[in-house]
Amino acid sequence: MIVGHQKPIEEIKKMVKPYNKLLILGCGTCVKTCFAGGEDETAALASALRMAFKMDGVAMEINEQTVERQCENEFIQEAAKKIGENDAVLSLACGAGVQAMAKRFPKAPIYPGLNTTFMGIQESHGVFTEECLGCGNCGLGIFGAICPITRCSKKLLNGPCGGSQNGICEVDPSIECGWQQIIDRLKALGQLDNLRTYIPPKNWKTSHSGGPRKLVREDHII
Amino acid sequence: MTTTQAISNLHEKFLKGEFAVTGECGPPRGADLSVMKTKGDMLRGWVDAVNVTDNQTAIVRMSSIAASKHLLDMGLEPVMQMVCRDRNRIAIQSDILGAYSMGIRNILCLSGDHQSFGSQPDALNVFDIDSMNLIRTVRDMRDSGKDMSGFDLKESPKMFIGAAANPFADPFEYRVLRLGKKIDAGVDFIQTQCIYNMPRFKEWMRLAGEEGLTEKVYIMGGVTPIKTVGMAKYMKNKVAGMDVPDEIINRVAGVAKEKQADEGMKICLETIEELKTIKGVSGVHIMAIEWEEKVKDIVQGAGLRK
Repeated sequence: MIVGHQKPIEEIKKMVKPYNKLLILGCGTCVKTCFAGGEDETAALASALRMAFKMDGVAMEINEQTVERQCENEFIQEAAKKIGENDAVLSLACGAGVQAMAKRFPKAPIYPGLNTTFMGIQESHGVFTEECLGCGNCGLGIFGAICPITRCSKKLLNGPCGGSQNGICEVDPSIECGWQQIIDRLKALGQLDNLRTYIPPKNWKTSHSGGPRKLVREDHII
Repeated sequence: MTTTQAISNLHEKFLKGEFAVTGECGPPRGADLSVMKTKGDMLRGWVDAVNVTDNQTAIVRMSSIAASKHLLDMGLEPVMQMVCRDRNRIAIQSDILGAYSMGIRNILCLSGDHQSFGSQPDALNVFDIDSMNLIRTVRDMRDSGKDMSGFDLKESPKMFIGAAANPFADPFEYRVLRLGKKIDAGVDFIQTQCIYNMPRFKEWMRLAGEEGLTEKVYIMGGVTPIKTVGMAKYMKNKVAGMDVPDEIINRVAGVAKEKQADEGMKICLETIEELKTIKGVSGVHIMAIEWEEKVKDIVQGAGLRK
């Protein structure tokens, strides 16, 4: 999923302050799962903002709605009516959702309520970890399905570096060494020989390095 | 490893089978050359070559290429360090060409300290290629005369290629395999992390020997003289990939404060003595960080130069 977390309320206030009627628009998929932008968080933020503006003596009408996904047209359309009734939208979707809204509603000011953090998983309840950088050329097969580009702080393809100690990365005690995990897993799978393979320089053309990416599926174009 | 004509003085030393000595010189945090001159004067005549660090610990300093050239002009042979943190493959190859054109003949290929350790942790890192890829790039430029695109270079850079190895990092069993991978990639010499845990270093050398690796590369054992017990503890607890056993700490702590540096020197000399007896060790790399004046004492004390 795409993991995000809410921006500080002071930053949000600053962005939406010029408006009289604000729609807080939640997103019911990824960011709901990571407790950042679903229906519950939308309601909680709406209450917090109402209270904050009231205390500041600022009159602002704050409305709420949550759609299933802000990155898909059919769900976005459900919000059209309320968007028309408000001066601005505070989107609690990921960056893709915020921009999808902006594309569909060219005249509506759209603001981000979240910081989009990464593509990841819920490791345990309330703990999310980054697992994929979306490089566009998946090499997980040789690494025991653990991504060195994402999980190694230096993106080493022929790691680990000399800073791996007791399974911990030198960068921060809270970071597990991705390469230690790769080695442990390859050992368990009986594929340790993979480590002897020299991995050549990565072709980054398929990543964002090649410019903003676009995928065209001719077979699905109507 | 390359066995043809000597590429550099350091290479020649190895070819002659002599025990080589390298030192280290961190370029200044500024454009002032006097620091380089002072350090160069302390090292000249006592080492075969001097490592020039490349923005070590991710702190902005004079570039390793420029500082290497300055050392060259002062009559010292540099080992230009190059990290993958700050340059993509285009810049790396370009810098190698530039360095070679100025007479730099030794290169040490490193991944580089993560920028979070430095004074500008907000920086974007590069790591387009890793140190293994870098070694192979320099080797290919030298041996096949081509850059990474396969373009035939007019006058290809012929560098003597070094890399680092840390026998003290985890997972231990992988460390020898990694050395083998670096040798396959084309490394000529290895400088190790500072050795304080001699049994573990010997075990690493034994395993490397079993794999036939010590025959294929010149290995230089890394040493750093301990100044104070505080420094020893700092290295043990704060520096990733360092292994400072308690017995070393206790030994330094066991003498009066003003004698701790002497004790550190003793440990350093004992380490070098032992390194000289280990099969497959071809030299010592002395990292006397901001203590360059001690290099002469270490080299003389170890009987490596008179």
